[in-house]
Amino acid sequence: MAMLHTVNKSPFERTALQSCLGHALEGASVLLFEDGVYAAMQGTAVSAQVSEALGKVRFYVLGPDLRARGLREDRVIDGIQVVDYDGFVDLVTSHDNVQAWL
Amino acid sequence: MSEIKKFMYVNRKAPYGTIYALESLEVVLIGAAFDQDVSLAFLDDGVYQLTKDQDTSGIGMKNFSPTYAALGDYDVTKIYVEKESLEERGLSLDDLQHLTYEDEDDDWAEKDSIRLVSREELARIMDEQDVLLSF
Repeated sequence: MAMLHTVNKSPFERTALQSCLGHALEGASVLLFEDGVYAAMQGTAVSAQVSEALGKVRFYVLGPDLRARGLREDRVIDGIQVVDYDGFVDLVTSHDNVQAWL
Repeated sequence: MSEIKKFMYVNRKAPYGTIYALESLEVVLIGAAFDQDVSLAFLDDGVYQLTKDQDTSGIGMKNFSPTYAALGDYDVTKIYVEKESLEERGLSLDDLQHLTYEDEDDDWAEKDSIRLVSREELARIMDEQDVLLSF
């Protein structure tokens, strides 16, 4: 089974997402949460990079963190799945290992 | 009375991920008691502080975004939002709260507090300040 990568920093302030995508292997999953959720939105300076990575890895974003920040689910990039905290736990248990990009 | 100085609070952090945004807001409200010429700048991830429809019920944190609407009552009426920062994040003014104040010099007419400025305009406004407080 594959690695679950977690990213909780804004892609506009830190390089956590860049490093994560640079190290994520084919078939891995990336969960965006806390300030990492900004990377999930359409029409941003990083959305093309995220869309391209969707061909290689699965993306998930934590819904409660989207709503806290006033971000609408209908403006999340197509192909990124919105999950809740139970979904977060399911992702952790269904992957071999977790790598947190702080 | 002592000379009035131009104070600008510079907000560059997203809300909730760090404590900077909430701390800035609290300092602004405290500082409002001192009758200075106050303005707020929102740039980089700071523009995310002003998004509308924030709902923190799912993450167990206080939603402090309604407090921005009270700034006008504290005579904080100059809120600069950097256009380039919005665009890089796929946002427009429509995604932000509509913040207003009542202008006492114009029969209490309701006016917009948010002023959309370019990066270059903001640089010049920053250059005019006496004190810059960074969050």
